[in-house]
Amino acid sequence: MTAGRLLVVDTRTGLRHLSRERLVDVLRSGDLVVANDAATLPASLHGTHVRSGEPVEVRLAGRRSISTDTTDFTAVVFGAGDFHTRTEDRPLPPALQPGDVLALGPLSATITGIEGHSRLISLCFSGSPDDVWSGIARHGRPVQYAHVQTPLALWDVWTPIASPPVAFEPPSAGFALDWRTIAALRAHDIGFATITHAAGLSSTGDVELDTRLPFDEPYEVPVSTADAIARTRTRGGRIVAIGTTVVRALEHSAMRDGIVHAGRAIATGRLGAGTPLRVVDAILTGIHEPGTSHYELLRAFADDVTLSAADEELSANGYRRHEFGDSVLVTATGH
Amino acid sequence: MPATPLTPLRVAVTGGTSGLGLALVHLLHEQGASVAFVARHREPVADVARSHPGTHGIVGDVASKDDIYPIALQILGELGGLDVLINNASDLGPVPLALLGDTACEDLERALATNVLGPFRLTKALLGALAASAREGRGAVVLNVSSDAAVNAYPTWGAYSASKAALRHLTHIWDAEISEQGVRFLSIDPGDMDTPLHARAVPDADRSALKRPEAAARELLEAITETLVTNGTVA
Repeated sequence: MTAGRLLVVDTRTGLRHLSRERLVDVLRSGDLVVANDAATLPASLHGTHVRSGEPVEVRLAGRRSISTDTTDFTAVVFGAGDFHTRTEDRPLPPALQPGDVLALGPLSATITGIEGHSRLISLCFSGSPDDVWSGIARHGRPVQYAHVQTPLALWDVWTPIASPPVAFEPPSAGFALDWRTIAALRAHDIGFATITHAAGLSSTGDVELDTRLPFDEPYEVPVSTADAIARTRTRGGRIVAIGTTVVRALEHSAMRDGIVHAGRAIATGRLGAGTPLRVVDAILTGIHEPGTSHYELLRAFADDVTLSAADEELSANGYRRHEFGDSVLVTATGH
Repeated sequence: MPATPLTPLRVAVTGGTSGLGLALVHLLHEQGASVAFVARHREPVADVARSHPGTHGIVGDVASKDDIYPIALQILGELGGLDVLINNASDLGPVPLALLGDTACEDLERALATNVLGPFRLTKALLGALAASAREGRGAVVLNVSSDAAVNAYPTWGAYSASKAALRHLTHIWDAEISEQGVRFLSIDPGDMDTPLHARAVPDADRSALKRPEAAARELLEAITETLVTNGTVA
């Protein structure tokens, strides 16, 4: 997964092209790399809307709790068809009402609410958490992408460090990490820590719904990670976030007093131009299109001139833009 | 229930419905660990889960590539993370045991799939969770169940023996590569036990001379606990 390229964006040093394997060369002894260790659910579930008898695809998209024993989710519902049709062109689901039952292979779910849009629902699965895990494991498929030719398997969407299965799409910046890189960090006295953040869908294919992204996302900061961040900052090291979800979690945690607190919380709101970065000094991320919430978050790190210069450089050099593509490392201006 | 060093641990055991695996599930449950176990057949999985309330039974075949991620997903979902993985499920190769010259290639393939590739794939899928556990100070251990056949060349044990030798070596290399990140790997030969697997291998054995799987399970858990203590993770 690491056979990728890396564009280093730093207003002081300008733009630099590297092989992603050399990530460690642009970090400094005493820095701390923080990644999201969420594993990705096979969040796409095909089945039937029982009342109408119509086929549906349910994409689990959000949760209220980071706990893995929850059976309550928010979900985006599509009508007939599958990922071979672009999500933009997918028909609406049948009219959905609270109380409706969705038969999804071995799983059964009841709609508990319509969330302000005809595609967006909250649902509750029947059965124990173990029943739900077994049903999702047997029947769920990873959310697929139009740009990927062969359907993705679960092993394609778990990063090497994947742990609790709470994400709905992969925290894809983490594909830049492999165990060799993690060992190299250690050898260079660069710290490595993780948080768990339930990354939601990056796009629903519905323009109106997409303006509401990202949804609220629960996260957890382990005590060891909060301690490592505090130690790093005391010693003047930098905090390097692997992916937008890490930035969102750490900055949310530090919103009140500038300190990253251990424990569970829910990240709300959007980061963008003008959002002060209290904790994170640099971000390693995939390459995102202007206008997406991921791109918007980068505007907290660098001004528009810098970002559009970087964007031109990426295009001119044929960097791969998608979940499994190349990477950029953006250092926050003034950090 | 008395507090024991294993109380807070999240443990997954493959081959958990018979022999040593069942003894491990039983003992871990008794000690208050949070346990997920894997086995191929729905009925025995349900039976063991029923008789050990609170344990998580998972149906799957570690020899099947397509089962590995669904198994890992359920382990991590149902336990919320993982501290200890015990790769116990084993395939004997040809039954009755056969000289290598008489061993069907398919029997060797199945032994390798169950005893080498399965543990490798499952470990890889769960490595992120194990390393997270180590970083959080909970410790992490992978125990791969070995055999004296992994080091000795016993005639007619070729398929099993070769697969266990490969597993043992894999275990040592895992440990050399990743123990610095706090994930420890153990290869332990539990000895000749009175289990269904042994009965298939040596149908006319004197069962009274064989070790009880419960005794072996106790030794394995002691080794795991000792490794966690040595690595400074259990108070």
